[in-house]
Amino acid sequence: MNISDYLSALLLIAGGLFFLAGTLGLLRFPDIYTRLHALTKADNVGLGLMVAGLAIQADSWAVVGKLLLIWGLVLLAGASVAYLIANGALKRGIRLWRR
Amino acid sequence: MLFDALLGLLLLGLAWLLLSCRDLFKAIVLFVAFGLLMAIVWVRLDAPDVALAEVAIGAGLTGALLMSALAKLPVDNPPGRYSNEKTHWLLPLTLALMLLLVASGLGYALWSLPVIAPGLSGEVAANLEQSGVSNPVTAVLLNFRGYDTLLEIVVLLLALLGVWSLNSLDATPATAEKPANLVLDTLMRLLVPLLILVAAYLLWAGANSPGGAFQAGAVLAAAGVLLLLAGWRLPTALAGLPLRLALVAGPVAFITLAALTLLNARLLELPVEHAGMLILLLETFAMFSIGVTLAALFLGQRPQERGGSA
Amino acid sequence: MNSAILYALVGVGIFSLGLYALILHPHLLRKILAINVMGSGLFLVLIALAKRTGEPLPDLVPQAMVITGIVVAFSATALALALMVRVAKENHRAELSDDESQQP
Repeated sequence: MNISDYLSALLLIAGGLFFLAGTLGLLRFPDIYTRLHALTKADNVGLGLMVAGLAIQADSWAVVGKLLLIWGLVLLAGASVAYLIANGALKRGIRLWRR
Repeated sequence: MLFDALLGLLLLGLAWLLLSCRDLFKAIVLFVAFGLLMAIVWVRLDAPDVALAEVAIGAGLTGALLMSALAKLPVDNPPGRYSNEKTHWLLPLTLALMLLLVASGLGYALWSLPVIAPGLSGEVAANLEQSGVSNPVTAVLLNFRGYDTLLEIVVLLLALLGVWSLNSLDATPATAEKPANLVLDTLMRLLVPLLILVAAYLLWAGANSPGGAFQAGAVLAAAGVLLLLAGWRLPTALAGLPLRLALVAGPVAFITLAALTLLNARLLELPVEHAGMLILLLETFAMFSIGVTLAALFLGQRPQERGGSA
Repeated sequence: MNSAILYALVGVGIFSLGLYALILHPHLLRKILAINVMGSGLFLVLIALAKRTGEPLPDLVPQAMVITGIVVAFSATALALALMVRVAKENHRAELSDDESQQP
């Protein structure tokens, strides 16, 4: 193990923690809007950290480019789908959670 | 090994959950999750080509298809009902016991299999040089066992014919005046060209790394599904002969090649010096047809034609 | 026990669970889901057993067959779902009844 291995291990574990937090939010938050919030935020950052951690280990710049492309696509799809789900929920009259 | 055991348990648990959960919508979501987990298992078992096919077709397209079918069911249908009558305890118990017996028998049979069985891997490796491609899975699909793939494409076409004859014409107007949703519309405009590019890449890469006509066709179909979800419909001028030509392009290319190879060799035995080029050509037609057929299966109804009667 | 046999046994388990649900649940969508789960279990057995080559590379012929199988399973599912939608339209419910006299 050299310094770059440690760095990517750190990034991967940090990414995993973000996924864990997002999943916890999905399970524990009270309504659909807060759940979406937890899920998209955590997954976008968590996947970003994982991509960074894997990019350090990549053999060539082409692989780094593909990893970044995957991240960009997930960001795009995640954001759009979160909007579509929330929009659909609002249209069906699902109320926002209030304490 | 520990990871494999955990993954196996998770798969079994997920299968049980998705089959016993009361809400059908939830069951479909769990089924998609099950498919994604299967894809991880395929990678663990050194089958990246299968993983790609599973993610694109097994989880993605099947999930979308199940969702759209669920939306077509009558709403008053009580989905909460777990079983038909008052569930008598005797039937499930007997069934569970019998299946336990069958499963133990199968498990014992698997357990007593030889630990090392090379199968056909030696033959594949020995003949890979002559196949024209360096990805052995593509070599098996398109060269060594090309007739399987030919019949499979015909099965796809037959399924589409069955679906078309079961349901009425698609009544959605050809072009919506207003996009159904601005975000969905923008997403579609960004993703569809990219998906077509990815399909072309998968097709090209399939010659020497994981990928190939089926995975590429599934990605192409995903682009079609996205277009259909965003409210786009095939222009009526294209829904007649052009659509049918697109559907049969793959089978026709395959059958033509099969007939030509019959002339100077055996069925679908590709000449070694042209094999690579022929496989790429076949895969291009097959990808196109597979993509169009899968997207048409998702629509589930015959699209409206110009001048056609409803 | 190696991981190939482990996954093959998991495949048998998934297959049996699917068969159980297929027989027990009357709703057609559940039956279609169950058949798909059974198929996944079957594919798992095939691919897991193909790993027993004793070399790093597994046997690739079953893998190619499973890719074919996934596509055929998809087209069968599409046809089954179309049939189900049609049955639901005729019967007003997506179930098959054991009792012939109950049919309208």
